[in-house]
Amino acid sequence: MNKEKTILDLSFERVHKRRQLVQTIIFSVVRMAALLSATGLFIVLYFIVSNGWKAISWDFLTQFPLDSMTKGGILPCIVGTLCLGIGAIVVALPIGVATGIYLNEYARPGKLLRIIRLGISNLAGVPSVVFGLFGLAFFVIWLGIGESILAGVLTLAALTLPVIIGSTEEALKAVPNTYREASLALGASRWQTISRVVLPAAMPGVLTGAILGLSRAAGETAPVMFTAAVFYTPYLPTSLFDKIMALPYHIYVLATAGTNIESTRPLQYGTALVLITLVLGMNFATILWRARLRKRMK
Amino acid sequence: MSENLKLCTKRLNFYYGKAQALYDISLNVKSSQVTALIGPSGCGKSTFLRCLNRMNDLIPIASVEGEIILDGFNINDPSTDVVLLRRRVGMVFQKPNPFPKSIFDNVAYGLRVNGVKNKAFIESRVEESLKKSALWEEVKDRLQESALGLSGGQQQRLCIARVLAIEPEIVLMDEPASALDPIATQKIEDLIGELKTNYTIIIVTHNMQQAARVSDTTAFFYMGKLIEVGETESLFTRPKLKRTEDYITGRFG
Amino acid sequence: MTSARQKKDKGVRILFFSVALTSIAILLMIVIFLFMEGMPIFNKVNISQFIFGHYWYPTSRPPDFGIFPLILASIFVTMLSALIAVPLGVMTAIYLAELASQRVANVVKPVIELLAALPSVVVGFFGMVVVAPFLQEYFGIATGLNLFNASLMLAFMSLPTICSLSEDAIYSVPVMLKEGSLALGATHLQTIVQVILPASISGISTAIILGMSRAIGETMVVLMVAGGAAMIPMSIFDPVRPMPASIAAEMAEAAFRGDHYHALFATGIVLFLFTLSFNILADYISNKYRQAGEASL
Repeated sequence: MNKEKTILDLSFERVHKRRQLVQTIIFSVVRMAALLSATGLFIVLYFIVSNGWKAISWDFLTQFPLDSMTKGGILPCIVGTLCLGIGAIVVALPIGVATGIYLNEYARPGKLLRIIRLGISNLAGVPSVVFGLFGLAFFVIWLGIGESILAGVLTLAALTLPVIIGSTEEALKAVPNTYREASLALGASRWQTISRVVLPAAMPGVLTGAILGLSRAAGETAPVMFTAAVFYTPYLPTSLFDKIMALPYHIYVLATAGTNIESTRPLQYGTALVLITLVLGMNFATILWRARLRKRMK
Repeated sequence: MSENLKLCTKRLNFYYGKAQALYDISLNVKSSQVTALIGPSGCGKSTFLRCLNRMNDLIPIASVEGEIILDGFNINDPSTDVVLLRRRVGMVFQKPNPFPKSIFDNVAYGLRVNGVKNKAFIESRVEESLKKSALWEEVKDRLQESALGLSGGQQQRLCIARVLAIEPEIVLMDEPASALDPIATQKIEDLIGELKTNYTIIIVTHNMQQAARVSDTTAFFYMGKLIEVGETESLFTRPKLKRTEDYITGRFG
Repeated sequence: MTSARQKKDKGVRILFFSVALTSIAILLMIVIFLFMEGMPIFNKVNISQFIFGHYWYPTSRPPDFGIFPLILASIFVTMLSALIAVPLGVMTAIYLAELASQRVANVVKPVIELLAALPSVVVGFFGMVVVAPFLQEYFGIATGLNLFNASLMLAFMSLPTICSLSEDAIYSVPVMLKEGSLALGATHLQTIVQVILPASISGISTAIILGMSRAIGETMVVLMVAGGAAMIPMSIFDPVRPMPASIAAEMAEAAFRGDHYHALFATGIVLFLFTLSFNILADYISNKYRQAGEASL
């Protein structure tokens, strides 16, 4: 049409082939990066599973460690980890769900809400070893609970609280507003609406949060190191004030300070396999469950 | 007559997944004219428009059959380079969508991504495009400010300037004034009138008065089908089909 | 009757509000108890000696309580891990949000989520028994337990955080910005680099900061694979002792409320301040620079 257009066309043709090529190259790099990120998990799983499955046996799961933990099973660790994880959820779930309800159903935007949210996000960012220090200073020493299941449970509960708050809020947000409006329009009070309509609808989402929190608590090492876990105990716990063994701490101890680090490798791999089966299994279950919930919501 | 045919579609069918959205659309678009696409919402006029620069490629489940001939070439052919195509067929969207960049950079964007490096050329082209879109006087002193600070109407004219800067042959407009107030709408309509000497314009509108004011040819879509097409004046005064008449007289839609 | 119900409603509201304060209360308690147990060390050494002192010999006589090598170690492993995890994480996010088909994304996203769920002790164990011998052999170095190995494992741990938060940020860029760019004849890559990434930069920065915060606070990995030497590293293959490793490794042997014990709590304060500032910075960025497009219309 006019002269300028040819200038544009010329530069355009000159550049076009090159930028197509650049795009092809960069996109392959991006794809490789994604592939690498995704294979990371499988590399770890491969090594743990291929080395660990040989150690797994009925005896391994049901017996006590023997011969200064160079033989035998990991029963007390499994029991300990379950006690800690379940205990943490029992404490954290009501607090987390109530917080989630407040944030999503009651709170109005404003400074106060900002501060509460900032507190939660910062709590989520506290390093696990600092939780350990806190648990030691507050629960173990100041409250005088001593190193025990209870101290470990309370410490882990503090640590998993943000996880549970987050998934509760997400679950509540997914409940359509029409439910609330319909209930309120029928003359129900706010609390009746929440307890009889909103919360039941959000329950599956809340429960997936509980499982996620449980798996998080079960996999933590540093917080229980100072508050609950011991190297070795020949007894299963009988009260909340007992010290216990735990899977993550057991792996750490065997791998770094065991009696014979090299010869107990199979035990270490086996313990690691049990731990990731427990933790990833729970996570995998919640992923599947959530996908199903989402489908049903549609 | 046939030499000023710019673009035509031949039996164009379009599907979202299994749902068919367009049925056998055959339409001729003449160059240097404004063609308006009218019809009730959901009639397929926007979908049709987005076929013309292959914007529907972004929808994973979409599929298209039939031909769209632009200057003798079928743009639905797999060998078509959509990036090249979209430079020739510019698009203005329903809601103004300036980039979160300065006013200047918004207009210069199309030039830069298409490989223009000459600064003086970019500057003159930015000025020229802003003048063409009747925005220059309002923004010439604040070209480096964020485009997000402009009013809705100004943003839309900026988006038009952005398209004009890369000298497209066809400008597609998807209800460009639907989100604007009457005064801003008026400005956009005036602009369309001025632009048609140099560009072929295809505009989707749900506003029949607008179609009557700005276009030379009007096509009426209904339920994914092209019902009637003709010179705007005759289509609005003497529609051939009952359904067209019902729509333009406001009996439905 | 209505009024009794209203009263109950108000009571419930107040109850929930008080429970919602628990998180802040815990956070405050953490601060209080860290300081209570950590401050006494500053009767023995002053703050600048503690932070900038080059020697950490808590058990020799007289002991040295300088955590500068520990701080440097933490900073180095975090930076190096970010150098690895940021490009990988952001590129994976771009892949998931822009390139992957729905079906592939539906598989890859859960994999990344599971990666985030791997217990850190398992990652540390993997670094010890698989990565360390490999590094030792491949690079011919004295020990595979070093700064580089720790950074690699930390990158692994912070990658999911960076990836999924970045993906959220990229995903929430309005489609119409992308369409606007493509309609001007920009390629997909140009659109990503010049429109989508700038529009989501605040979300991506937040993701990176939170990823680094996770890395600097991560304990088991650095405890098991960093090598444990409290020295200022001269090479990336030197063993180091980041702050969390020092706390975790020594707390058991430190005498109750002795100087060493207090010094470890003081190290905890420093570590906590690092992650706190990371988190506050992330919060500030995400509030101050709202994602472009959200507010524009």
